[in-house]
Formats: sequence, C-alpha cells, structure tokens
Amino acid sequence: MSRRFALVLPANAAIGGFLLAVVLCAALLSLVWTPYPYAAMDIGGKFQAMSGEHWLGTDQYGRDVLSQLMAGAASSMAVAFIAVGLGGLVGVALGMVAASAGGVTDDAIMRLGDLGFAFPALLFAIMLAAVFGPSLGVAIVAIAFINVPVFARVARAAAIQVWTRDFVLAARAAGVGSFGISVQHVLPNIAAPLIVQATIEFAVAILAEAALSYLGLGAQPPLPSWGRMLSEAQTLLYLAPQLAIYPGLCIVVTVLGFGMLGDGLRDMTDPRLSKERAA
Amino acid sequence: MQYFLFRRTIGFVLTLLAVSVIVFAVMNVLPGDPALTILGLDSTEDARAALRRELGLDAPVASRYLEWMSGAVHGEFGQSYAWSAPVGELIAERLPLTLSLALSGMLFTLLLGLVMGVLAAADHRRFGDWGVMFISQLGIALPAFWLSILLVLLFAVKLRWLPPGGFPGWDEPLAAIRSLVLPTIALGLVQSAVLARVTRSAALEIMRQDFVRTARAAGLGRSRVLWRHVLPNALVPIVTIIGMQFAALVTGTIIIENVFYLPGLGRLTFQAIANRDLFTVQALVMMFTAIVIAGNFIVDVAYLLIDPRLKGRMR
Repeated sequence: MSRRFALVLPANAAIGGFLLAVVLCAALLSLVWTPYPYAAMDIGGKFQAMSGEHWLGTDQYGRDVLSQLMAGAASSMAVAFIAVGLGGLVGVALGMVAASAGGVTDDAIMRLGDLGFAFPALLFAIMLAAVFGPSLGVAIVAIAFINVPVFARVARAAAIQVWTRDFVLAARAAGVGSFGISVQHVLPNIAAPLIVQATIEFAVAILAEAALSYLGLGAQPPLPSWGRMLSEAQTLLYLAPQLAIYPGLCIVVTVLGFGMLGDGLRDMTDPRLSKERAA
Repeated sequence: MQYFLFRRTIGFVLTLLAVSVIVFAVMNVLPGDPALTILGLDSTEDARAALRRELGLDAPVASRYLEWMSGAVHGEFGQSYAWSAPVGELIAERLPLTLSLALSGMLFTLLLGLVMGVLAAADHRRFGDWGVMFISQLGIALPAFWLSILLVLLFAVKLRWLPPGGFPGWDEPLAAIRSLVLPTIALGLVQSAVLARVTRSAALEIMRQDFVRTARAAGLGRSRVLWRHVLPNALVPIVTIIGMQFAALVTGTIIIENVFYLPGLGRLTFQAIANRDLFTVQALVMMFTAIVIAGNFIVDVAYLLIDPRLKGRMR
C-alpha cells in the first residue's frame, strides 16, 4: 500500500487537489486582500460588464463580483471545515466508544445513529431556524449534526477490526485501559478511512451550506456567501443573467474538487476497491 | 414472510415515534421561548405569558407531547398562529402539489437513471460509458437550485418555452403540467446521475455471470438480454439506492418549490419560518420525515417483490 501511496497519485485525486488548491488560495488570499472591499457599494457603477477594473463585473449595488466570490470561498470553506470537524469529532468519539464497549452501549449508539440518518440536514436546519432564527451558526450545527452518524459508522467499522489485532491484545496485557488503547492504538490505525470520509463529507457540506444560504437559513448579510449571491441573482435573471453563473461555477468546482480528491484517496488507500471500480 | 412484514411494520411505527419525540424535543425543550420568538424582543413579559397560555405552552412538556401526538394521528396539528387556520388544512391544501412534484421527479430519475446506467454498462469502457460517467460525476456536484436557475435562464428567459415559476392550479391541467416540467427536471436530474452510476456497476456485476452468456449463446438479442435478464437481476442494489433517493427527492422539493415559487409544503415551510409560526413548522417537519420513513418502509417491502428468493430467508 505504501508503495502505491508514494508513487502513483490517481488522476482524479490530482485534478481534485488542483481544483481545491485554486479555491483554497482564493479563500486565503481574500482574508488579506480582495480587489475591492467585498461589501463596498457603488450604485453609479452597477451591472458593469467584465473589464480591466472589475474582472467579473459588478452586481446590482455596484459591488465587485470577484471580491465577493473570493470572500464567499473563505466563508464556504470555513463553514465546511468547522461543521465537518465538529461532526467528525463527536461521531468518531461515539464510534470508538461503540467499538471498544460493544454490547448494549454499541447497540444503543448505533440505533441512535440510524435515527440520525432518518433526518435530512435541511429539515434539522429548518427546525433550528424556526426556534433560534436563521443564522450561520444554525447552518453549521445542522451540517455537523448529519455528520455525526456518518463518522460514527465509519469509525466503528474500522475500529472493530483494529480491536482484534495482536498489538491491541499486547497493550491490554500490558495494562493499558480501553481509553488509552483507543487513543494510542486504534485512532492512528483508523485515520485513513476517516480522512477519506472527511474529504467526501466536505463536498456534501459545501453543497449543504450553499443550499441553506440560498434559502436564507445560512450566512446572513453582509457576510458573503455563494448561495446567497445566487438567490439575489435569481431575481435579476432578465437584467443580469451573468450574476447567476459565477457563484454556481464556484460551488461546482469546489464540490467536484473534494469529490474527486475523496474518490482518488479512497482508491489509493483501498486498492481492492479501485480494482473493482476499474473492472 | 408475514412475520417479516409484521416486524418491519413495528419498526416503521417505532421509528416514526422516535422521530416525533426528537422533533418535539427540538422545537419545545431546547432553550428558547416560542412566545419570545413569535412576539419579538421588544414584547412585554405579560404579553408573552398571555401568549404562552393561549398556545397551551404552560402545560407540562409530556402532556403537550401526548396531546400533539393524539391530534396528529387524527390529522390535526393545532391552529396556525400566522394563518389563523388549522395547520392540518394548510397541509392538506398543499400536499397534492408536493407529492406530484416528488413523484414526477422520481419517475424522471428512474427513466433517465436506469436507461443511462444500463447503456453505460453495455458500452463498457467505450465512449458511451465514459460519457455517462463524466456527466454523472458533474451531476453529483451540481446544486439543484443552481441547476434550476440555469434551466430557467435557458428555457424561460432565453427561449421562452416554459414559465419561469409559479403554479396556475389544477383547474388548468395543461398549464399546470407545463409549470412542473422545469421543477421536475431540476429535481430529478442530479438523482438520475447517482442512479445511473449504481445501475451501471450493478449491471456490470450481473453481466459477468454465466446465465447472461448462456442467454446470448442461445441466440437472444443484445438488448433483450440487457433489459429482460440483466436489469431485473441487478435490481436489489438499485432498489436500495432508490429508497435513499426518494428521501432526497422529498426534501429536495423544499428547495425546488422555493426556487420556482410553487405553493406546496416546502414553500409553506419557509413562509412559516418567516412568520415565526412554530406549530406549523413542527407539523411540516414531522410530515416530511414521515414521508421519508414511509418511503423507506415501502422499499423494504419491495425487496420481497423483486427477489422472491428472499421470501424464504426473511423471517
């Protein structure tokens, strides 16, 4: 496995990684520099076409579109990382507890997980938004919530296998407790599938954040967001159709990037799967 | 087999109950005062207390839950605060549109997904296969609401073939169907991309088996073998994914209805959030989840129909 890892980077992982690198660079750059302040309005200069001054033109308030897209990249990425990170943390912890405890605890955790699967993120976000009012925090919690059962399942399945290995038995014989074994021995050995899963979940999270922001349940003005840019552009389709194109392209490129990187990483870490796929 | 059906039905009811507890808990037990949400921050404590009494919020949580559930079983979800009408009526008025949209989306998904998947498998490792795989990869990355906007841009703004949104009502059947064309495509296209991938790999698996070679050797035509022998035998994994897709389609209607201004349950949900109408939101979330769980239940039962071999095993 390590030889494959070192020598061959699958084409889809390379393309996905490249797409993501572009988006990440734009996002990081936007933290220190954008061509114009993203919220700066200039009513006189609204609906400008592409030009040397405004590379992608301006919107209905004369705001620079490229600057908004860059700032939107930063907030999309931030939401995805925080939400998947939170959900992953809780989910992995639950999955590892389930694997190490077994029996009733295992059953209880996994049945709860099944219930979580019955709940689409959108419905959860709707409930939270109704109770607390729509906000970016609500979107993050909702996306994190759907990630918990996903990571719990992956972590448990991988951890159960590690628990049967000899070095775990040795550690146990040496007097290391369940918690110690989980952290020192199980976690490092289940990292690969977790990273693959996380990459795929980032793609899901970017899509979910965009949809929630589009519906008004995510980022609130003046925070920039691709989803909200699209919902604003939709009312201007007859006037300025180009405004509805760029944010969507950004979403597709980012989701495609994470998806392809995830597929590629899975092929690399699980050669058996890649053979099946090629067949 | 009857025992299997019985067990699945019990599981179905238990899941519904568990979900109803979660929905009720999130909407009622989480910190947050519905009266404050409805009346706003500048309301007086007296006004909030009066509203809590009016809404029955001063009763203990458990008894409120029981009351909600016993009402829900009879199709009654209380009085909407914003519309001054029974929530059950609001839902009944809008349910047909949402169900029509979900079902037409499902039909579109099935037709396109199965055909593309089988054709890709038949054209394995050639142009058609790569084309389908590329399109489906792209389709999975496409947000449904952006696809909707692009469809509107092309077919309503540029070509003016179809309306950009709105719904004329079922009294004008032709106009009603026309206004559902773009929403159906937007809803189903992404899902058909997913289904095409699953169908392709399931069909490839079956095509390697001996009975397919035998059928070909016996002189059956290529397409007859594909549609009559390969596809039916590849159905088990396909039906599994269709169950998950039904859930995605039902929640997808929430987004699509808002893009196309269709007056269904999804649009009602957002109007209810905007109006801070907690009871309506609670009923709608429960409704959507119930539809999703019911869809999964139907899929479970469908396994029996598509694979008679399971009848003996499922006990």
